[in-house]
Amino acid sequence: MSDARLETCPMREVRFRGGGFQPERRRWIGVAVFVLVIGLVEWGTRAGWISALTLPRPSEVLATFGELWESGLFFAHLVPSLTRLAVGAALGASVGIATGMLIGLFSYMRAALVPVIAAIFPIPKIALLPLFVIWFGIDEGSKYALIAFGTFTPTVVATYGAVDNVDRTLIRMGQSFGLSWLSIVRKIVLPGAMPGILSGLRISLAIAIILLVAAEMLGAQYGIGAYILEAGSLYDLERLFAGVVILSILGVLVSMTIGFMEQRLLGWRT
Amino acid sequence: MMDIRLEGIAHSYGVTEVLRDVSLDIDTGRIVCLVGPSGCGKSTLLRLIGGLERPSQGRVLQIGAPPEGCLNPLTYIFQDFALLPWRTVRGNVSLVLEDHGIRGRKAAPIIADVLARTRLSDFADALPKQLSGGMKQRVAIARALAVNPAVMLMDEPLSALDSQTRELLMDDLISLWTREPFTAVYVTHNLAEAVRLGHRVVVLSRRPGRIREIVEIGKPLAERGYADPDLDRVQQHLWSLMREEARAADEELIDV
Repeated sequence: MSDARLETCPMREVRFRGGGFQPERRRWIGVAVFVLVIGLVEWGTRAGWISALTLPRPSEVLATFGELWESGLFFAHLVPSLTRLAVGAALGASVGIATGMLIGLFSYMRAALVPVIAAIFPIPKIALLPLFVIWFGIDEGSKYALIAFGTFTPTVVATYGAVDNVDRTLIRMGQSFGLSWLSIVRKIVLPGAMPGILSGLRISLAIAIILLVAAEMLGAQYGIGAYILEAGSLYDLERLFAGVVILSILGVLVSMTIGFMEQRLLGWRT
Repeated sequence: MMDIRLEGIAHSYGVTEVLRDVSLDIDTGRIVCLVGPSGCGKSTLLRLIGGLERPSQGRVLQIGAPPEGCLNPLTYIFQDFALLPWRTVRGNVSLVLEDHGIRGRKAAPIIADVLARTRLSDFADALPKQLSGGMKQRVAIARALAVNPAVMLMDEPLSALDSQTRELLMDDLISLWTREPFTAVYVTHNLAEAVRLGHRVVVLSRRPGRIREIVEIGKPLAERGYADPDLDRVQQHLWSLMREEARAADEELIDV
């Protein structure tokens, strides 16, 4: 291009149009949102534009939480809840993963079980609580069963979906090297399905926490769910919120644990 | 010493006939290239040879016993490498040894040897996602060498690579073969690869694939070079055989 053209023609820089659509890691934003919302509620309840009946004051919820801690009842409620959650979710998730693998690997299992799973998935498991009480007794058994049953179905669906998505060329490769069926399942199918299984677990474990409260509706003296329900029936909003906050924290912790597992187990992903 | 003989192979998927009456001998220590227009069934033929699929008619015979210490006589190298992304380079090679009870201290010298032969010794602990395409395919070649195959079945092994990497890998394959001749069936649509690596080039017709012509290339592999005039003549001839069919194949509708 000649210099003369440069002088006569209008000139401007090319406009940048790329960028965006790419999630980046932003630390502390999540924390800031929490602080902002809680601060706003605190301010509102103190200033009076949020009435004490609509929302409890966050500082009072904290005070209630402090009382709960000091009375030693915190652990009395938390430990049985965590046990129920752990036993129920572990049972549901492990049987779910096993069933999902069977469906993913065997056509007959798929034909037989997929309709069954589709039929039991939409049943609100809470509705079956009386049935579980008859089957497993009013003690811990029925609570484990409810949580296990609730985590089972989403885990199954996530697992067989993940098995279906395992790269077929890798399986073909395993066969071409004469690997045994068991080796192919253990060394190719299972690790290949792991991303899908873990993201399924994220959902199943959240459902497990939801069902925990439902499970403690019946015949539980201790437990976070029991604590919340008791507070709810007395319209004690501070205690209700203290309990709800514990559940939320539990949810965040579970999600963080899975995030950590993903980092450890799925570092190979691009 | 193990030869492969194909006797009257025919294959169809449902009503689509992909191969018709293919008979071919694959001799020990030689590389046979299969070329043909796209969809002519050359990859299918390779899957039939290795027993990943069963032919509708005809049979694939192994003549003679595989060499001693051969763990997997018919071993594939795939176009998309087929490496386990969650295993390191060493782990990917070890995978094919584990099922034969070769692990730990017994596997170490084999793995070290094949990684050295493919110039990957420094990358034993890398994950596939860290490797370039050419290196990934070298890992796949190392993995194939580890089982000491009688016949290597190579399904467009260089097609997923850029042309420079392809040249480099062809040199690697030639030097591997020169040091220790191996038997291979090499499927490709790239005629330049076929004339560089093949002792025999088998030209298949378009679907249903039949053998149109078998071209022998006498020049030793080690003497063949980039842009070699002798090879160019062979390549011209191959292209003249395929040109019309390739055009027709390109204009065919795909009915799946």
